[in-house]
Amino acid sequence: MTQQDLPALSIADLQLLLRHREVSPREVIDALRARIELVDQEIGAYLSLDMESAANEAEKANVDLPLGGVPIAIKDIVSVIGQPCTCASKILQSYRATYDATVIRKLRAAGAIPFGKTNLDEFAMGSSTENSAAKLTRNPWDLARVPGGSSGGSAAAVAADEAFGALGSDTGGSIRQPAALCGVVGLKPTYGRVSRFGLVAFASSLDQIGPLTKNVRDAAMIMNAIAGHDPQDSTALNEPVPDYTAKLGNDLRGIRLGLPKQYMIEGIDSEVKTAIKTAVKHLNSLGAEIIEVSLPTTEYAIAVYYILATAEASANLARFDGVRYGYRAENPRDMLDLYGRTREEGFGPEVKRRIILGTYVLSSGYYDAYYLRAQKVRELIRRDFAMVFEKVDALISPTSPVPAFKLGERAADPLQMYLADIFTIAANLAGICGISVPCGFAEVDGHRLPIGLQLLGKALDEARVLQIAHAYEQSTDWHKARPPIASTTLE
Amino acid sequence: MAKTSGLDVTYVARLARINLTKAEVELFQKQLDDVLEYVEKLRRADVTDVEPAAHALPNFNVFREDAPRDWFTAEQALSNAPRKANGLFIVPKVVE
Repeated sequence: MTQQDLPALSIADLQLLLRHREVSPREVIDALRARIELVDQEIGAYLSLDMESAANEAEKANVDLPLGGVPIAIKDIVSVIGQPCTCASKILQSYRATYDATVIRKLRAAGAIPFGKTNLDEFAMGSSTENSAAKLTRNPWDLARVPGGSSGGSAAAVAADEAFGALGSDTGGSIRQPAALCGVVGLKPTYGRVSRFGLVAFASSLDQIGPLTKNVRDAAMIMNAIAGHDPQDSTALNEPVPDYTAKLGNDLRGIRLGLPKQYMIEGIDSEVKTAIKTAVKHLNSLGAEIIEVSLPTTEYAIAVYYILATAEASANLARFDGVRYGYRAENPRDMLDLYGRTREEGFGPEVKRRIILGTYVLSSGYYDAYYLRAQKVRELIRRDFAMVFEKVDALISPTSPVPAFKLGERAADPLQMYLADIFTIAANLAGICGISVPCGFAEVDGHRLPIGLQLLGKALDEARVLQIAHAYEQSTDWHKARPPIASTTLE
Repeated sequence: MAKTSGLDVTYVARLARINLTKAEVELFQKQLDDVLEYVEKLRRADVTDVEPAAHALPNFNVFREDAPRDWFTAEQALSNAPRKANGLFIVPKVVE
């Protein structure tokens, strides 16, 4: 294995080489640095890198730890001590984190090395990473297209072999949708499974941190490191953490998979539809029983989400006032002028839109009609899932109704962008877990664009969702396909 | 300006302490009117006797020991301040 080939490895394969002392952690960091220098000009996955600190940590790495010597990319909304944490916003452009998030502390304890921060939609608000105030990230499969979002930098970095694995955050699909659009694996854990301490809050009743990886086993390995209780996050569930790799390799006999009839909507791309139907047949051939189920409240999910998520965002983002950290407008006349201009100049349009909508739905006279009603419909959505999960072990759907769209194609119409989240949003509202795995390609304008299969599982059932995803993945070749940029070399 | 919902962007932006240009007010008014028209569909849902769900997996009475521990120094807490002096954040005069 030459140094140039190292970045294409999965975490599991990299770890074997490290443990057998066939490669050193320092050589891994150097190979990754070279790879990033080679392709990130085109992809734009990273907002900041600290390869010097990473190299120092690599020198001391203990390769016998679960993720010993494995570099992991981090979405730039998770705090890594001493590193920028910009949330791809002008308002935090010069901010540096003063502590490690719990997930970072846990990754380090497992031997992993955080080395760079990835691009995102500003404050994780978006589905294309185009809302980043810093730069565009391009889809490695077609540089004219979006990587999805909001964890678009993490997904693109993994797809382009600029990262062995990455952390993202998922409030309405922000891990699963970019994973689907970039042809990688993305897991949104159950609400409360992973501590959010050190994650910059967007919508606190929905946000969850999870892995983006090249295959299902790698996602399970990262979950083993980051899941678990944390006294610093009151929503982190105090439940035992299983070994998420334990069920990998089990077959699907006895597994019941639900196909929600409401999910076969108009507006699904025909190649996506075909890929999902083929995947369903394939899962059936592996022994899973396929059962049609009904989630009648599906039609309300996006509406509920854009009321609750914006309401919570309007409160969470009140802290960005130019007083204690971040950007401050110059020469303020008084405090109100300082607040008003700091937030005008510091926030991008999507963030402003959501704060205004969220402030409105919480305001006196509108609270009951919007916010309270949305919370009640959320309860109905939660009940729908609870009932369905009495009959099935997991649900199947596309992750995104369409493959990657063109940069700029949807940017002008926020509502159209919101509708792209139709299949992912309900999982956040219901608090359940979900994964996206590659399940095919659409051929568009001479490019192969990845399609993602979503599996949703009940709360705390990540191990089973990973098992199903793994059985599917290992009996197909989709995860082995590499984007054109993967063949870029120094020659 | 024609608005089709109860939302007055100029007024709400002031509540949210965000100054907006005239062009932004017009654009956001149109875009958010569209979103509010879309969410009207929630009126069709029957929520009689339904308790609101603030969280998907409610988790009550979460406590941790209230004990002092090493955390930030004042210097660290101030390390990202736009203006500071003498261990304090500096802001425009609030009280005349």
